[in-house]
Amino acid sequence: MNTIKKGLTAAVSLLGFLGFAAAAGADSVKIGFVTTLTTPAGVIGQDMVDAVNLAIEDIGGKMGTLDVELIVEDDGFKPDVGKQSTDKLVKQDDVDFVAGYIWSHVLLASRKSVLDAGKFLISSNAGPSQLAGKLCHKNFFSTSWQNDQTPMAMGEVLNQQGVKSLYIIAPNYAAGKNMVAGVERTFKGEILGKDMTGWGKVKQVEFAAELAKAKASGAEGVFIFYPGPPGAAFIKQYQQAGLQGQIPLYSVFTVDSISLPKFQQGNLTGVKGSRMTMFWSPDLDTPQNKKFVSGFKQKYGRYPTSYAAQSYDTIFLIKSAVEAVNGNLDDMDGMRAAMEKADFPSVRGKFSYGNNHMPIQNFYLREVAEDDDGVWTTKIVSTVYENHQDSYAKDCKM
Amino acid sequence: MDWNLFVIQFINGLQLGILLFLLASGLTLIFGIMDFINLAHGSFYMVGAYFCATLTFLTGSFVLAALIAVGGVFIVGVIVETTIVKRLYRSDHLDQVLVTFGLILVFDTLVQMIWGPEGMVIPLPAVLDGQFEVGSMVFPSYRLLIIVSGLLVAAGLYVLVMKTRLGMLIRAGASNRDMVSALGVNINRLFMLVFALGAALAGLSGLLIAPITETNIGMGNGIIILAFVVIIIGGIGSIKGAFYAALIVGLIDTMGRSYLDSLLKLFMSVQNAETAAPAISAMLIYILMALILAVRPQGLFPPAGAA
Amino acid sequence: MNSCLPRTLSGIVYTGVIVVLALMPVFVQLSGQIFYLDIFSRIMILAIAALSLNLLIGYGGMISLGHAAFLGIGAYCVGIPVYYEIYNGWIHLALAIVACGVFALVTGAISLRTKGVYFIMITLAFAQMVYFTFVSLEEYGGDDGLVIELRSEFGSWLDLEDNIALYYTIFGVLLLSLFFVHRLVHARFGRVILGSKFNERRMQSLGFETYRYRLVCYVISGIMCGIAGLFLGNFTSFISPEMMDWTRSGELIFMVILGGTGVLFGPVVGAGVFILLEVWLPQIITFINGLGLGAKLPHELWHLIFGVTLIAVVLFGRGGIHGLLTRKKRP
Repeated sequence: MNTIKKGLTAAVSLLGFLGFAAAAGADSVKIGFVTTLTTPAGVIGQDMVDAVNLAIEDIGGKMGTLDVELIVEDDGFKPDVGKQSTDKLVKQDDVDFVAGYIWSHVLLASRKSVLDAGKFLISSNAGPSQLAGKLCHKNFFSTSWQNDQTPMAMGEVLNQQGVKSLYIIAPNYAAGKNMVAGVERTFKGEILGKDMTGWGKVKQVEFAAELAKAKASGAEGVFIFYPGPPGAAFIKQYQQAGLQGQIPLYSVFTVDSISLPKFQQGNLTGVKGSRMTMFWSPDLDTPQNKKFVSGFKQKYGRYPTSYAAQSYDTIFLIKSAVEAVNGNLDDMDGMRAAMEKADFPSVRGKFSYGNNHMPIQNFYLREVAEDDDGVWTTKIVSTVYENHQDSYAKDCKM
Repeated sequence: MDWNLFVIQFINGLQLGILLFLLASGLTLIFGIMDFINLAHGSFYMVGAYFCATLTFLTGSFVLAALIAVGGVFIVGVIVETTIVKRLYRSDHLDQVLVTFGLILVFDTLVQMIWGPEGMVIPLPAVLDGQFEVGSMVFPSYRLLIIVSGLLVAAGLYVLVMKTRLGMLIRAGASNRDMVSALGVNINRLFMLVFALGAALAGLSGLLIAPITETNIGMGNGIIILAFVVIIIGGIGSIKGAFYAALIVGLIDTMGRSYLDSLLKLFMSVQNAETAAPAISAMLIYILMALILAVRPQGLFPPAGAA
Repeated sequence: MNSCLPRTLSGIVYTGVIVVLALMPVFVQLSGQIFYLDIFSRIMILAIAALSLNLLIGYGGMISLGHAAFLGIGAYCVGIPVYYEIYNGWIHLALAIVACGVFALVTGAISLRTKGVYFIMITLAFAQMVYFTFVSLEEYGGDDGLVIELRSEFGSWLDLEDNIALYYTIFGVLLLSLFFVHRLVHARFGRVILGSKFNERRMQSLGFETYRYRLVCYVISGIMCGIAGLFLGNFTSFISPEMMDWTRSGELIFMVILGGTGVLFGPVVGAGVFILLEVWLPQIITFINGLGLGAKLPHELWHLIFGVTLIAVVLFGRGGIHGLLTRKKRP
C-alpha cells in the first residue's frame, strides 16, 4: 500500500515538473531568471545566480507578504535557446518578472516574448543601444548600464592621462562594436589601428598577430574588451610578448573577480596595477554594497563580480515594486511607477532612472590591487563621471 | 612595408601551423588507417591541457607535468579505443560522427564537473615566460619553444612512419587494411596503438597551447574543425599532406588577420574594409578548402593506393 | 478495408504520432499548457528540415554537414524583407525557394564532385561561408541577429500571428512534405538515387547520369529545408547566424539517425525525441535538485546524459527508433 502511495506521489510530482500541475497559488511573486549556465561562459551565469540566491536569502525569501519563487533557465549562450527559455518562463511558468540576460543578442531575441505578454523585463547585464534608444519600452528596466558608457568613461580617463594614440583590439560582435564606438566617442587622441577578432561559438584566443601589429603601430596604449575566458588569454599573451611596461593596457569588462583568482593562481603579476572603468567595485563605500560583498564572500568564499552586483540589485528593484503595490501584482502601473523612482538600496548607492529606464549613475576608474588578505581584487582610484546618462536616451520616445 | 612585422607574423603563422600539425597528424592517421572519423579528437587536446595544468600545480614543474600529461592522454586514448571506438571501425561514417559527437559532450561535461567551468592558467618557468630578441625583433620565447618542439615531434613522426616496422605497417594499413591483417599482424593492437598515439599527439598540442590561452571547456571544439580542414586539404591519411596543409592554413589564417584590412583599404572605403576584413579572414581557409577540393577532390597529397 | 489500417508496430506508432500532432492544440487549450504548442511547432519545423536531410543521407547517401545553412537562408528570406516592411508571405516563399535553390545548385555542383568525408567537409565549408557572410552583414544585425517584428502575410484567410493557425499551417506543410518525399522516393527518380547510393557504377552502366540525379536531389532537399527555415523565422520571430552553425547541422543529422535513416517517418520521430529531450532533461535535473535530497546535480549534467544517449543509440540501437520498432525477436 505504502509503495503504491509513494509511486503515486512520485508520478504526480513527475507530472508537476513537466508542467502539467495546476499553477502555484497567487501568494507568491514569480521571478524568471535567464542566464548562461552551460558553456565556458556558464561561470558568469553561476555568479549571477549565486547573487540572486543571496539576495533572496537576505530579504528572508519574502517581498512584502508574498513568497519569492525563483525559476532559473539556461540560454546556452544562444539567442534562440534563450528565447525558448524565455517563452517557457512566460507561457508555462507564468512568471511576473523576467530578469537576467548577460548577452545583448539573447536579450534582443527574447525581448518581444516578454513585453508582448505584458510582463516586466529587467536586464541584469546586457545593455544594447537599441533597447536604450528606439526599442525602449515602458516595461523594460536595466540594473546595469548601456554598453557605450563604460568605454566612454575609459576614453575620458585616457584624455586625462594625456594618452595621445591608441590601438584597439576587441571581439567582432555587437557589444564589442559598442565598446569600440564608446571609446572612440570620447577619446581625443589618434587611433592608430583597430582589430576586430573572431567571436561567436568559436572564439579567437590566439592574439599573436594582433599584438604584433599593436606593437609595431607605436601606439601609447592598447584598449581591449574581452569578457570571459579570452580575456585571460589576452592578458597572458600581452605579458609574454613583453608589452607590459612598454604599452599600457586599458580594459573594460576584461579583468574581474572571475579572472583575477586565475591570474593570481598562475602568478600573472603583470595584471597588477592595470586599470579599467566600471560603475561599481567591491570596495565601493555604500551600506548596501558592504552588506552584499561581505555576505557574498562569506557564503561563496570569493569576491563577487559586477554581474553579481547587478543581479543582487535586480532582486531589490523587484522588491521595491512589489511592496509599493502591497503585493497586488496586477497593478502594473503602480509597480512601474515604483521602479522608475529607483527607490531601493542599491549596491551602487543612490542613482536615478532616465526616461529610457537605464540608470543614470557614476563611473569609476579602478585598479587591480591586493586586499588585506593578499587576495587580488579591484580598488577605486577616482570618479570619472558623476550621474552619467547614456547617449541613446534622446532616441527613446517615452 | 614593415619587414620586421612581416617576419614576426610569419613566425606566428608557423607556430599556429605546427600546433595544427600535431593535432592533424593523429587525426589523419586514425582516419587513414582505421577509416574512422574522430570528431572527439579535440577532446584529447582539452584533456591534455587540463592534465598538464593540474600536474604543473602538483609538481611545480611545467616540463615534468607536460611529460606525464602526454602519457596520461595516451592512456585515456587506450581506454576510449577499447571501450567504444573499437566497435565502430567497420561502421558507417555517419555512426562514427554521431558517437564521437556524443563523446565531445561527455568529455566537456566531465571536465566541467571535475575542474569547474572557469578554466585554468598554467604558470611557466621564468626562462620560457620571457622574450627572445633578434636584432630589433622581439618574440615570446615560449612560442619559439612550440615551434622547436613541434618540429622535433614532426621529425620523430617521420622517422617512426618511414623507418620503423611499425611505420611500415601504418603506411601499409593506410593504403590496404586487409593486406596488413593478411600478413598476420595483430591488427587490433596496431589500431589501438595508432589511436592512442594520435590522442597523445592531440594532448601534446593542447598542453602546448594552454600556457598561452589558458585551459577551457570545449577548447578543442573550435580547433578541431581547423584540423579537419588541414587533413582534407592535405589528403586523408597522408602525414606529409597534413604537414604542408597545416603550415599553409596556419600562415594563411595569420596573414589574413594581419594584412587583409590594409589590403582591402586599397580599393574600398575604410569603413567597409573594417567590416569586411574580419569576415573574410574568418572565411579564408574555408574558401581555400573549397577551391582545392573543386580542383583536386582528393586533396593535395592523397596517399598512394587510396581509392 | 483492412489494408487501410496500420498493421505493424511502427505503422501504429507513426499513425499515433500524426494523430497526436493533429490534436495537440486541443490538448493545449484544455490543459492551458500553451508552451507545448511552441514545442510541437518547433518539432514539426525541424522535422521538415530533417526530412529534407534524410532525402540526402538516407536515400542518397550524401552526408551533408552544412544543411543548417538552408534553414538560415530560408529564415533570412523572411527576416530581411520584413526589415524593409515587405510582409507578403508569397514573396518570402518565392525568395526562399530561389535563394536556396540557387545556393544548392552552385554548391551542390562543386560538392558532388567529391565523395565520402570530402563531401562532408566541403558542405561544412560552404555552410561556414554563409555563416560568416551573415555575421558580417551589419545592416541585418550581424551576429546579433534580426528581430522579425511581424510574421509573413499570406492573405486575409490565414493569420500567422495566431499561434494555432501557424501550428496548423506547419502541420499541413509537414504532411505535404511527407507525401512529397514518399512519392519522390517511389518514383523512378528515387530508385535511381537509391541505386546510386549502393552501386553507382551499375547505375551509370545502365545509362543514368547519376551526378545529375544527385544534383537535382540536392537542390530539392535544399529548397525543402529553406521552406522549413521560412517557418522557423516566422515561428521564433528572430533569426541569427548562430542558427546556421555547424553544430546545428550536426543536430539535424542526429535527428535523422535517431529516427532511422532512409525511413520516411524517421525524421519526424527523431526531431520529436530530440527536442523533448532538450526541453525535459534540464527540467528533470532542476526537479531532482528541488526535491532536496542533499546532493545538488550540476546543470550541465544534462549534456552528459545527452551525450551518453547519443552513443548508446548508435552502439545499441541500430536503425534508430524505427529499428527498435521493427526489430523481430530472434527465435
